[in-house]
Amino acid sequence: MNTIFLSLVVLGTIGLLAAIILYVVSQKFKVEENPIIDEVEAALPSANCGGCGFPGCRGFAVACSEATDLSNLFCPVGGNDTMKTVAHIVGLSVVETKPKIAVLKCNGTCEHRPRTNQYDGAKSCKIIHNLYIGETACHYGCLGGGDCEVACAFDALHINPVTGIPEIDEEKCTACGACVKACPKLLLELRFKGPKGKRIYVACSNKEKGGIAKKACEVACIGCSKCFKVCPHDAIIIENNLAYIIDDKCRLCTKCVDECPTGSIQKLNFPIKKKEVAEQAQA
Amino acid sequence: MNKLIISPAPHIHSGDSISKNMYAVLLALVPAYLVGLYFFGIGAFVVSITAVLSCIIFEFLIQKFIFKTTTTIHDGSAMLTGLLLAFNLPSNLPIWIIIIGALVAIGIGKMSFGGLGNNPFNPALVGRVFLLISFPVQMTTWPKPIPFNTSYLDAETAATPLAMIKYNFGNLPEKMDLLIGNMGGSIGEVSAIALILGGIYLLIKRVITWHIPVSMLVTTFLFTGILHLINPSLYVSPDIHLLTGGLLLGAIFMATDYATSPMNTVAQLVYGIGIGLITVTIRLFGAYPEGVSFAILIMNGVTPLLNLYVKPKRFGAPKTKKN
Amino acid sequence: MKTFTFGGIHTADMKLSAGKKIQIVPIPSEVIIPLEQHIGAPTNPVVAVGETVKVGQLIGKAVGFISANIHSSVSGKVTKIDTVIDAWGYKRPAVYIAVEGDEWMENIDKKDVVRKEITTKREDIIQKIADAGIVGLGGACFPTHVKLSPPPNTKAELLLINAVECEPYLTCDHQLMLEKAEEIIVGIQILMTVLQVNKAIIGIENNKKDAISLLQQITSSYSTIEVCPLAMCYPQGGEKQLIEAITKKQVPSGQLPINIGIVVQNVATTYAIYEAVQKNKPLIERVITVTGKKVAKPGNFLVRIGTPLRVPLDMAGGMPEDTGKIIGGGPMMGRAFMNADVPVTKRSAGLLVMPTLESARKEMQNCIRCAKCVTACPMGLEPYLLMSQAEKSMWKEMEETYITDCIECGCCLFSCPSNRPLLDYLRMGKSTVLEQIRNRVQKVN
Repeated sequence: MNTIFLSLVVLGTIGLLAAIILYVVSQKFKVEENPIIDEVEAALPSANCGGCGFPGCRGFAVACSEATDLSNLFCPVGGNDTMKTVAHIVGLSVVETKPKIAVLKCNGTCEHRPRTNQYDGAKSCKIIHNLYIGETACHYGCLGGGDCEVACAFDALHINPVTGIPEIDEEKCTACGACVKACPKLLLELRFKGPKGKRIYVACSNKEKGGIAKKACEVACIGCSKCFKVCPHDAIIIENNLAYIIDDKCRLCTKCVDECPTGSIQKLNFPIKKKEVAEQAQA
Repeated sequence: MNKLIISPAPHIHSGDSISKNMYAVLLALVPAYLVGLYFFGIGAFVVSITAVLSCIIFEFLIQKFIFKTTTTIHDGSAMLTGLLLAFNLPSNLPIWIIIIGALVAIGIGKMSFGGLGNNPFNPALVGRVFLLISFPVQMTTWPKPIPFNTSYLDAETAATPLAMIKYNFGNLPEKMDLLIGNMGGSIGEVSAIALILGGIYLLIKRVITWHIPVSMLVTTFLFTGILHLINPSLYVSPDIHLLTGGLLLGAIFMATDYATSPMNTVAQLVYGIGIGLITVTIRLFGAYPEGVSFAILIMNGVTPLLNLYVKPKRFGAPKTKKN
Repeated sequence: MKTFTFGGIHTADMKLSAGKKIQIVPIPSEVIIPLEQHIGAPTNPVVAVGETVKVGQLIGKAVGFISANIHSSVSGKVTKIDTVIDAWGYKRPAVYIAVEGDEWMENIDKKDVVRKEITTKREDIIQKIADAGIVGLGGACFPTHVKLSPPPNTKAELLLINAVECEPYLTCDHQLMLEKAEEIIVGIQILMTVLQVNKAIIGIENNKKDAISLLQQITSSYSTIEVCPLAMCYPQGGEKQLIEAITKKQVPSGQLPINIGIVVQNVATTYAIYEAVQKNKPLIERVITVTGKKVAKPGNFLVRIGTPLRVPLDMAGGMPEDTGKIIGGGPMMGRAFMNADVPVTKRSAGLLVMPTLESARKEMQNCIRCAKCVTACPMGLEPYLLMSQAEKSMWKEMEETYITDCIECGCCLFSCPSNRPLLDYLRMGKSTVLEQIRNRVQKVN
């Protein structure tokens, strides 16, 4: 009985002492902070991806609470819904932004782009890039080392072992831009997701002249300007033997896709045309 | 022509590999194992085979069905863990206890941390200490060394020299018997000569460096020596301490385990000294007659700190200012 | 016997072409001379398409101080100034010259007589070296005239000649010493005049006994030049390691050898300096080793810069059937080539052809923390730690773990039993950290 009593007293005293110390310390070192920051932070996705340009969600929350205008602040992960909540908390008007997604400006799969040598070293694009041009003859294209896959915090990017290039999961990609920074060849770009995910882009970054580019990769952009001529919206520019579709101007008419002789212009999430269905059936 | 291979420099390799190191250690353990077989007979054989096989099987099962990765049992590390575990067990231990020890060694000691190289504690010692605490009676009744003994569980028992010293009974074996291994004890710890032979082989093969064993043995020798000089009637001479209680087995084979020992020579010396000090402290002032296992495990826990704070000497490092 | 004290490894020597006489490679019908063959700014072409050039004529003029002139190695007509794909697939500016005859510039002394007397004035020697476009032929290709102009507040007291050649397989420096020993000694005297030092030590590894005895015999009549045989250990040819091996002095971390009064020059560079100063001959040819286990006739070749590497390779018996890897330089620090159809540059010290079986690395396994990389590191770093930091992009921590001290010798990867690509990550981390430091310095200024 005595033992039980004694242990109760001892443990109780230790607990009480600890509580008092904790209280005193927390009072003594209290940091006064704007309570809005906590509120904003709670509304954010807490992925800490840095896609907004701030070090983590907390940093973004601080910036939001201090801002007088939200037009330069955007959480790519949470998107417009989150920004609406944040705007409500800080009492500012929200600026709508079109959702974006990462696209790979290279389609140099194993099938399209023959391997000229075999890399045998640490699997990292940065290391390959520092060493030489990569396993193929195209020194603008994807190295397949998977730095983007490692950088992605949302499990949205995976190197397809068959094609050797990364594939982007539309559902999971939040356009945080981590992969864009990770790619040493600057192949990833954040582009508008488009209505129902419909989007058109040039899946090539090769700046070589047509012949050389085509030799290195079947689906390379050869800079022939056919798409440039056919585009009714002036959305395509040709620079350094490479076509580029300006996101803002493109109306998704798909004329360039049909015109491209190498098939380097990609369209995604378009319904399959009847003609194509018929062609496929024939084949 | 084949596609050329491109890789960053260097383009040649020493040819060293994990399995080469592991098999070298296994080879170095053979003399001690033979002595164990000679003195403890059939029991030593049963215990060691059980320990090795169950370690390999547990590693295989865990990698195959829990991790679902390729198995690495061929690299010899599971075999080594099993043999080292067996070396630390008495030869009259029932099979079911050995299997539990192997499961703890491989499952908890090694695999729960991510497998080879990631374990903070020496797996064989984790298994051994687990058994020592769980089955103290079975783990501390050692069979008497009888050449070509054919009895297993019913073997005649004897005390280890350290237990004799600790509890003040019996006559200590002759020095020569201590060297050869004619004394009660675990299978692999008895023969000093065989263990030293293995150690020399490992040093020549550059599998281990001298730092850990030497610092550990010297510390033990000095510490016990000083105490012996102070009070010879209470503390036995340091050479007995060196030759008994698995100190040599621990110094040469257990403390030098790659994953659990520090990464640079300075830290390795500190580590060895630490093990020596703790061993002697446990032996002379603690509850157990021998403390090598505990000492190594404790210093295993300190290893990450040593790696963090004791840095190797850098080439051209600025000399610290003398003020 | 002396050697350095930190780390190091013992490699199989594999000097297959040792003792093979230097063969002169015939001039090909066309040479391609890249316009950047050194560390620093690329050169500006100073010839026009269609122009006729002579051997030794300047074709690429150095831009800025850290740069080196490039000269035509043949006589003939410039056919185009275009790009050439280098051994790593990148495009580099280059001058294409169609060879016509072999007409040399008039001021070049072509006679094969050793000119011992140094008549050039000290101030003119550096200018001559700079004009001749001489770079460090040990591998780094750092312009030599820069190295010979010590920064203010420093004074050279000792000249070390690096004749270690610790890389396995390579023998070009060894053979050069055997055949051009007299000239090298004159080169050393020139260097001593420039640096105003009165002591020079030649460091040679003990596997070149014939070169040691030859040089000892010649230098016995000079009180100021000494030959120092060294015990074999890689990477003894590293500047800092060589200095420690010979003088027991350590170059402080982050500083240059000149900070402790020492200048190190490669032995092939010394020979090039002799030729430039005494014979007015710019750096238009160099000795390279073509070797490999499966190569029929491994040997040493004197090649004009710009000759396709395939030419000396064919002289050595051609590319073997079983070729897995072509390496420019030695196996420890050389870089793998994508093909052998690239021109010889000042950089190429050797061409090593490795059979397929030896080319591929073994599968990487877990780090077992055996500490062999730490023991092997000649700079006293912790490669295992640096690799995991690089994998996790912890650049700040890498800088604090002294990644900038790394000399990229490859001892860590060589000795790793788990075949972990330690140096790959270390090199990547080092370049990233150096870039960050540069950016930081720029911001401050």
